Amino acid sequence: MGIPLAELSRDQTARITELAGGHEFKRKLRNMGIREGKIVRILAAQPFGGPVVIEVDGRATTIGRGMANGIMVEPVE
Amino acid sequence: MKKIVLMGNPNVGKSVVFSRLTGARVISSNYPGTTVDYTHGRMCLGDEPYEIIDAPGTYSRAPTNKAEEVACEMLARGDVILNVVDATNLERNLLLTLELLETKKPLLIALNLWDEAKTTGIRIDIQALSALLGVPVVPTVALSGEGIRELVDRIPDARPGTRFDLPGDEDKWRQIGSIIKAVQQVSHRHPTPGDRLAAASIRPVTGVPMAVGIILFLFWMVRLLGEGLITFIFNPLFELYRPLITELSNWLGPGILQELLIGRLYDGEIDFIQSMGLLTTGLYVPIAMVLPYITAFYLMLALLEDSGYLPRLSTLSDTLFHRIGMHGYGIVPLFLGLGCNVPGVLATRSLETRKQRFIAATLVCISVPCMAQTAMIFGVLGPYGVGYIAMVFITLMTVYLSAGLVLNRIMVGISPEICLEIPPYRMPSPGIIAKKTWMRVRGFLLEAIPYLFLGVLMVNVLYLAGFLDWLGSLFAPIISGLLGLPPDAATVLLAGFLRKDLAVGMLLPLGLTPAQLVIAVTVLTIYFPCVATFAVLFRELGIRDLACATAIMIGVSLAVGTLLRLILIGV
Repeated sequence: MGIPLAELSRDQTARITELAGGHEFKRKLRNMGIREGKIVRILAAQPFGGPVVIEVDGRATTIGRGMANGIMVEPVE
Repeated sequence: MKKIVLMGNPNVGKSVVFSRLTGARVISSNYPGTTVDYTHGRMCLGDEPYEIIDAPGTYSRAPTNKAEEVACEMLARGDVILNVVDATNLERNLLLTLELLETKKPLLIALNLWDEAKTTGIRIDIQALSALLGVPVVPTVALSGEGIRELVDRIPDARPGTRFDLPGDEDKWRQIGSIIKAVQQVSHRHPTPGDRLAAASIRPVTGVPMAVGIILFLFWMVRLLGEGLITFIFNPLFELYRPLITELSNWLGPGILQELLIGRLYDGEIDFIQSMGLLTTGLYVPIAMVLPYITAFYLMLALLEDSGYLPRLSTLSDTLFHRIGMHGYGIVPLFLGLGCNVPGVLATRSLETRKQRFIAATLVCISVPCMAQTAMIFGVLGPYGVGYIAMVFITLMTVYLSAGLVLNRIMVGISPEICLEIPPYRMPSPGIIAKKTWMRVRGFLLEAIPYLFLGVLMVNVLYLAGFLDWLGSLFAPIISGLLGLPPDAATVLLAGFLRKDLAVGMLLPLGLTPAQLVIAVTVLTIYFPCVATFAVLFRELGIRDLACATAIMIGVSLAVGTLLRLILIGV
């Protein structure tokens, strides 16, 4: 079932397996190109529970830590 | 007249395309959420006039904030849709395109940022994409104007396009997947030193020191440029003007006209700052004291906006902004508000909930001095040393943070997490920077000078009518009793409602001590926004929230003013 995206370390790459959350949450992320099956990489994580910067399809997006916890991934390589 | 509405994801260049099509000037920047309202423009195609509407960006037809709501309303009004699509991010952009096709309105696509797509190794088969979607697709580089001519030529070819009949989002994504497979090829690109620097600017360990450095540098440059313009250009200009206006003053002789146009004389001389005449202070304050700083600030802001740094700053400051009830995007209203509170309040539309918007707008009005006021604070307090200026700004910063902390605690409602796209860094184009700075400076001149004239006129008329003495005695218990200022300062607070810069200038003839000046300018910042900001606040918040915000402003200004008085002057 994979692990939450928030638990990946910097520069680690993973494949998104599931968006675990409500309808709005899923919709918002998918609209921004963050969807199941996509390869995601952690660019940066802000301290004190701050947001995570991820890269999908060569485009960076900042998402809150809570959202990053709702994105399930499977590390690749 | 047929209406063409521009639709697209945030930060794909809709406003730049709009400017190219209509020749109208609108602000565009490199961060999502620059456009929060719609703009009309006109364009002629052959003999037929078209109305063009620039709408805010949206990811889908289901809005998630006020700016996106505006976009969806505009969509309903359009006869033709011009869908601006980011070629570097085709897959994600196509969701909105499919939703737009469902409206069955004639549509055409501008495949923008075409140059950037090419350099990042993305190849898109235009013909195939056009055939699959059933609408014209024109590659464009709106920043340079490339492809705009062809885009205009193709507007009459806009048509409803392919009917996909995809009820759910899942179906749409599957369809998008197969379109992408058919039309797009991406070749892998190795990270460059630029990429590494870009990544360093968003990581906490390297990014925070960089952010502090960049912000300090920007404000240092504003000060340097502003002072330079005053010393080397505007003061010499006004010295050339002095003999002329002195001549006029002598010719008029004492009387009501001299009072109004020239104002009071100090030792028989005109004092540009204190005389309070329409042709002396009314011109000197906006042109020689405020304009230089406004120009310097907007130049620096334009660089900050167009480089793409603001979303990075939002990311780095997100944790801090959560403590005060917003998320990192709250830095955008703050920065715009430092120029002028009106766009600062408008920028709150990109925040998702009422709580966030209320806090962001109230904090801008309460503790963010606009550049006109800041310039005057520099002018008035500068001669007494940087320490006094620092006192004002440290107080305001404390007010911003503590008011935010308290509002976050007591307000019901939620503050969702940040979810913000980070655009690539782009080299700001000198032409666009110059144009944007000029647009904003021009806006200042057109709005500020009439209000300043009105303010100077009002002060003179009310003074002559004896109203100001009455007002002074009425508010004396507060002004003198609590704040430790002379009763005349009531006049200043009244004038501050029209123009804060004028009000700060009006403090000078009162002969205040530096400590009293600090109290007065701080209270002036907090107590009430100027009338222009107040009007926008009313529109954005509604009457009930506006009443709350006003009560907060008055309460906080009295509390902070009294506290400063106790600290700086004593009981």
